Amino acid sequence: MKRRTFFSGLARVAAVLGLGGLAGRLARRAQAGHTVWQIDPWKCTSCGKCATECVLELSAVKCVQFYDICGYCDFCTGYFEPQPNKLNTGAENQLCPTGAINRKFIEDPYYEYSINEPLCVGCAKCVKGCTLFGNGSFHLQIRHDRCLNCNECSIAKACPVQAISRVPAGKPYLFKTLEGKK
Amino acid sequence: MIAATINQRFPPPQFTETGHQMPHLTAPPPRAGALDYLDIAVLFACLALATWIVLRRRERREVVLLGLFSLLYFGFWRNGCVCAIGSIQNITQALFDPGYALPLTVLAFGVLPLVFALFFGRVFCAAVCPHGAFQDVMLLKPVQLPVWLEHGLRLLAYLYLGLAVVFAATGGGYIICRYDPFVQIFRLTGSLTMILTGVIFLLMSTFIGRPYCRFLCPYGVLLGLAGSVSRWRARITPDKCTQCRRCQDACPFNAINKVTPKALQIDPTPEDKRRLAIRCALLPLVAVAGLWLGGLSGDSLAKAHPTVALAERIYLEDAGAVTGVTDASTAFRAEGTAPEKLSAEAHALVTRYVLAGRLCGVWVGLVVGLKLIALAWRPRRLEYATDAVRCVACARCFDHCPQEHKRRHALRAAAAPVPTTGQPG
Repeated sequence: MKRRTFFSGLARVAAVLGLGGLAGRLARRAQAGHTVWQIDPWKCTSCGKCATECVLELSAVKCVQFYDICGYCDFCTGYFEPQPNKLNTGAENQLCPTGAINRKFIEDPYYEYSINEPLCVGCAKCVKGCTLFGNGSFHLQIRHDRCLNCNECSIAKACPVQAISRVPAGKPYLFKTLEGKK
Repeated sequence: MIAATINQRFPPPQFTETGHQMPHLTAPPPRAGALDYLDIAVLFACLALATWIVLRRRERREVVLLGLFSLLYFGFWRNGCVCAIGSIQNITQALFDPGYALPLTVLAFGVLPLVFALFFGRVFCAAVCPHGAFQDVMLLKPVQLPVWLEHGLRLLAYLYLGLAVVFAATGGGYIICRYDPFVQIFRLTGSLTMILTGVIFLLMSTFIGRPYCRFLCPYGVLLGLAGSVSRWRARITPDKCTQCRRCQDACPFNAINKVTPKALQIDPTPEDKRRLAIRCALLPLVAVAGLWLGGLSGDSLAKAHPTVALAERIYLEDAGAVTGVTDASTAFRAEGTAPEKLSAEAHALVTRYVLAGRLCGVWVGLVVGLKLIALAWRPRRLEYATDAVRCVACARCFDHCPQEHKRRHALRAAAAPVPTTGQPG
């Protein structure tokens, strides 16, 4: 039994040294702060998977309105169906399946559109409309009050363009800016 | 598709009439980083406490209580993420992908339980891992599995570990997280299939002790290896074993090694030696078979990688073998990258997968070969003892050992004051 104790001791020392070396090597590169998942709005193709692939029943991804970019259009292509009966808030004219976008008159001819977040399901229908025909001020973002920060984001796995990646928690949002793509 | 710059098709308004102020976009902050350090502190405290309970206090009840705390904290409160089991993949990715920044929390979750296992055995499994604690508290009426089934199923965990490392190293994803049966229950939400899988595992846990830990858990494999050289570990009794075999019936995880029957406590016979020699000669053969099979599976493993899947789709679309387009192929064509570049990238990846598959095959082959050798070996055991690899330090056997009862009785007698017979004065 003596010999066995000796060899197991030897193996233990080797394992501790190995683990220590590995941890030391990785710790030097490791990030002190944590990271969170975020969507790159420049890569997003508004495919709609964010609404269905999140582990949460109601996705952590929501549409956000970046007001600086918005054109405040009367005929908002993110708000209205492609051929609306009338430019009013009638449910049949709206693109949003849950009526999560509020339309408010500001001054002629400008209307302000804001997202009612609890209603938004992250389906990206409005994002697609706004990006294809408008200024692209609507975009999808992972909201960190909802995101569970899973080790592997299941939306990232399903994303057709790998638009979701980990970003430093100090800068948890990737908003579009007026200057364009950085 | 998506424009590269904001084209401002409609110039933003100035609001000269009303002087309207644009609202600000809200951005709820993520969980504070300091809480990550709290998680590491709680993990360390739980590991230390588990070690103290298993090795010094020797109380099953306290193990259960600590297990329930871990289940609530790491499981339901922290949503089972990040966990030590999944951290294998992050650490692997950090080793192979220089661009990947490994969070310190994940590193701590991956390394601390292993360090504890090297010195004190698998105390992490006993009461700190929420997955283990969950299955442990579900256990009602354990049945002993046939030995061959037990040994066979345990090999699955080694294969699972190999595959998880292959996928994490090549960027194919985190399969341990994706097919984790309990994390959906911790989150109380998730896909129906995975929730059902979790429920099935929990139902199985009522009569098969810790099915995930024993037969699938890839981290359990590492902890078992670390535990096999541990300095101290859970002992059924610190005193002399009386060979009553009550502990063996008490262990639901088949983790107690029997005493070798008297008739078999003999030197190896020529027959034994011959069998051992054959098994040893078989080892390289099994490893080579693993190499071959692993190489063959490389192509199918590679399909898990998004780039390979996309390249295949583009190829099929161009060849007219499939109709329609996918979101990914549409986006790829809109981007305007040459398909040749993509296919070259995919080919390089497939080569990596074949290599990784071969290495994984060798690993599984070696494990199977060494298992065969171990089964041919007949160690001479003179007392019942916990198996260093398989024992998860659940402390069940303590309560069943008559020697332990004697010891506790003696301890209590020593601690309690001598009872006096009458009232003084």
